[in-house]
Amino acid sequence: MNKKIIKVDANLKPNNRRRFLRLSGMGIAGAGLFMACNNDDDMAVIDPMPPANGIFDLGSGDVAVLNYAYALEQLEADFYTKVVNSFYSNISDEERLVLTDLYNHEVNHREFFKAAITAAVGSNTELVLPTLEFDYGNLDFNNRDQVLGTAKTLEDTGVAAYNGAGRLLQNVDFLLLAGKIVSVEARHASAIRTLINPGSADFAGDDIIDVVTGLDLALDPSAVLSAVGDTGFITTPFTANNLP
Amino acid sequence: MNVIKFLDEFTTDNLLEGKSSRRDIFGTLGSLSKKAAMAAVPFGLATMPTKTYAQSMSADPVGALQLALTLEYLEDEFYDLALQSGVLPSGRPETIYMQISKHEQAHVDFLIAGLEGAGVTPVEKPTFDFTVGGMFDPFNDNGTGQETAYAQMLALAQAFEDTGVRAYKGQAGNLLGSPFLTAALQIHSVEARHASEIRRLRGLQGWITNNERGAGMPEATQPVYNGEENITQGGLDVTTLGSGDPFGMVSTTQAYDEPLTGDEATAIASLFIVA
Repeated sequence: MNKKIIKVDANLKPNNRRRFLRLSGMGIAGAGLFMACNNDDDMAVIDPMPPANGIFDLGSGDVAVLNYAYALEQLEADFYTKVVNSFYSNISDEERLVLTDLYNHEVNHREFFKAAITAAVGSNTELVLPTLEFDYGNLDFNNRDQVLGTAKTLEDTGVAAYNGAGRLLQNVDFLLLAGKIVSVEARHASAIRTLINPGSADFAGDDIIDVVTGLDLALDPSAVLSAVGDTGFITTPFTANNLP
Repeated sequence: MNVIKFLDEFTTDNLLEGKSSRRDIFGTLGSLSKKAAMAAVPFGLATMPTKTYAQSMSADPVGALQLALTLEYLEDEFYDLALQSGVLPSGRPETIYMQISKHEQAHVDFLIAGLEGAGVTPVEKPTFDFTVGGMFDPFNDNGTGQETAYAQMLALAQAFEDTGVRAYKGQAGNLLGSPFLTAALQIHSVEARHASEIRRLRGLQGWITNNERGAGMPEATQPVYNGEENITQGGLDVTTLGSGDPFGMVSTTQAYDEPLTGDEATAIASLFIVA
């Protein structure tokens, strides 16, 4: 089983990691944000690279990981905004409370990432992921099963994304911030799963938690973005050329 | 490695009075006296020392994993005893406890294998006392009655799960750059799923508001929640980022779980460790 621990991060080769260490030498020029960060000078989060083709790239280094999280939080926040603006018919009080809380949390997360990345990149504002646009296609926001099912997918995916992205961060303060958020996403996932199947073990179900190791999912950005792309929910194109 | 010795090394602050006197307590007194000494102090010792000590054990991946294993031993034994106690109602509570128990056992096995695979001797499983010297009776061993025992069993589960989430979070930085970081994060989010469900089983929300331990939680569990009222993230007051409910105190504190230091987590766990 220890093999599995090692295997989880087997692709974390030194030169793979070094890609995230490209330096700009510009340091952090934020407006008070992350002033408490204990950065080594050679752990700058900024790596300005002009967009090659007009399509936004998440960038490299820690800012790429933050932009990646920002994209996912934008999606979650937008989804729950639509949910709470027009709750499905006959929603229970409990479901209304949970979904409203999730809306509040995700909007908060979204604005936090926007502020954090903006501060981290300083004058290089072109490195901040723009506001994305969304289209939910045939998703019926008046259909309880569809709304809760989509919420479950988004929350489970968010957890797997943060779990997989932690190792990509260089800055320990960013890692802690991601940790503070991912456990709230996991609390969400648990609650949504129980709303869908009350009285069950689905809150941490065998469909998502490995029954041998007791581990949740951890996915690379490429896998997450591919899955998100398959939903068609995000209509603003962007690339993640420097993320695994 | 003896767990008390480990915890003593891990907790480089003085748990009770001072480092040397604490060593004396563990070294010279019997377990009963030690337990009594610990029981006089609430969960995790309400007051942390103002002095900052170097954390020799917690500052490296092995220390982080040994602390994690200690917490998993505690949770694993707690759920085993809960399931055997006859206190737990069948239906939803039993289903939840069985699922969580399965995961905590898996986490113990996984961490032991990981430590051994890294050439490290895992800490031994401590002897636990979930009554904390008679303060609680979660398994109804001392005749407190089914209803009270069940309430305490739920309260302790909530405290353990919320502690687990905070403790793993606090160790993430010590695992940065190690091959164990991702696995620890994968356990961390499972603990958070557990915490949410146990809280909801108790009639609470799945997330923590301000530093509220929640209705029915013994005051002794307050150290599990202290610090959760933080609204400053990355040096920024998050409540200033917008207006309305998403940026009020309630939502802002709910939206971010806070870490426990190794010392704080150790102090909480130590309350239940007899030897």
